[in-house]
Amino acid sequence: MRLYQCQPMLSAGDWSAIWLTFKLASLTTLILLLIGTPLAWHLARTRRWWKAPLSAVVALPIVLPPTVLGFYLLITMGPKGPIGQLTASLGLGTLPFTFSGLVIASVFYSLPFVVQPIQNAFETLDMRLMEAASTLRAKPLDAFFSVALPMARPGFLTACILGFAHTVGEFGVVLMIGGNIPDKTRVVSVQIYDHVESMEYAQAHWLAGGMVVFSFIVLLLMYTLNRGIRMPKP
Amino acid sequence: MRTFLAILLVSGVGFMTNTAVADDVHVAVASNFSKPLQEIGTKFKAATGHDIKVSAGATGKLYAQIENGAPFEVFISADSKTPKKLVEAKQAEADSQFTYAFGTLVVWSNKDGYVDDKGEVLKTGEFQHLAIANPKTAPYGTAGMEVLEKLGLKDAVTPKLVQGENITQTYDFVSTGNAELGFVALSQVSKDGKLKSGSAWQVPEEMYTPMAQDAVLLSKGKDNAAAKALLDYLKGEDAQAIISSYGYEIPTHPRRDAKSCVSTSANPC
Repeated sequence: MRLYQCQPMLSAGDWSAIWLTFKLASLTTLILLLIGTPLAWHLARTRRWWKAPLSAVVALPIVLPPTVLGFYLLITMGPKGPIGQLTASLGLGTLPFTFSGLVIASVFYSLPFVVQPIQNAFETLDMRLMEAASTLRAKPLDAFFSVALPMARPGFLTACILGFAHTVGEFGVVLMIGGNIPDKTRVVSVQIYDHVESMEYAQAHWLAGGMVVFSFIVLLLMYTLNRGIRMPKP
Repeated sequence: MRTFLAILLVSGVGFMTNTAVADDVHVAVASNFSKPLQEIGTKFKAATGHDIKVSAGATGKLYAQIENGAPFEVFISADSKTPKKLVEAKQAEADSQFTYAFGTLVVWSNKDGYVDDKGEVLKTGEFQHLAIANPKTAPYGTAGMEVLEKLGLKDAVTPKLVQGENITQTYDFVSTGNAELGFVALSQVSKDGKLKSGSAWQVPEEMYTPMAQDAVLLSKGKDNAAAKALLDYLKGEDAQAIISSYGYEIPTHPRRDAKSCVSTSANPC
């Protein structure tokens, strides 16, 4: 195999895929922070019976092959599935083969990577501090934002980075529900796959190598920053 | 710990020699042909006593695996180009390549009566998604694009195309109803000459380049009698009957043989 016949680095299609991936990962991370924070707080604090089943559901995407997730999303979001019928009755059409569909799928797919670090951070939180805040007449929400959130910062940082990076690396799910549409659902991982399948190894190398470098930098950033942040001692 | 490692090593070596001695053949097969191959495999075993071990995958992926030393002995491809490449790369035996089937393209919907028997539905444009296998990598996708071009619909339909990574995934898009219709293989939607469900238009053969599917003996299997026997069996009547029952055209089909024959109303081929 002659791998190293180097050609111009990235095509317009490659750049479009990179931009799309960036958009998808950013939006997914943002949504996950909004959903994941209350969910993580609840999981960290609750002693009800549903804690274990709920934690298990959140962790499912870690264990399940992405194709399984993608397959069920394709069916449930399709015209005969419950989500598909809901979106169709709302006049939104069905979600597979759309960018919004990818965002929703990615939210499911990356959920544990955002919820779990935040949950861990909340669990190690010293509750006496929250009580102290409330004796200083802080309302619960105020105490949450001015005490709990800042103290859980390393957890949030990890959550953002993992959520973003995991979405960038998503492949199986996108393949199942994306339909490989340029500028809409053709993300970097699919583009790499396409290059490899069409034996355009040089172009595949540029993108794939870029992914390796990107992932390394992201993880390096996470470990460096998290070492820098010390939890303030109570 | 040391004994444990020793046991692991010994049993490992044991397993390796076991597979090398056995009189079976390791086959890499394009996914779209894995079902017929299973059926052929059963008959092949009954006839010859040889067992086949099947690894199914996309043709392009199997190619990459074979080039990188995968232990396959026979390659049953979904095209003719990939086996040729393997021959050129000296990974396969040059004189062993032959066409075992031709793929047949259909436009299919999982809804009854949705696709008419002339394919007019493509021209109405009254659908949101038309599924097609990736035209860059999958033969059925390339053929589908040729048909759209012949019909003059390529530009009109392109925004509605959703691409499956291969023909199986394309079928999934249509069978789950996410795409109203799509270009799939006749072998996926019919058995024994009957449509299993939904509605379909069998695209006339002259609208696309014939999709010859070739098999080839790989270098790793050149000393394996079972591998050669399987390739011979694939050319035989029993196997050909099974292949044709799955909706493929077999190479002995008169229209395909008469390459030079031009069909006219006075002289039908």
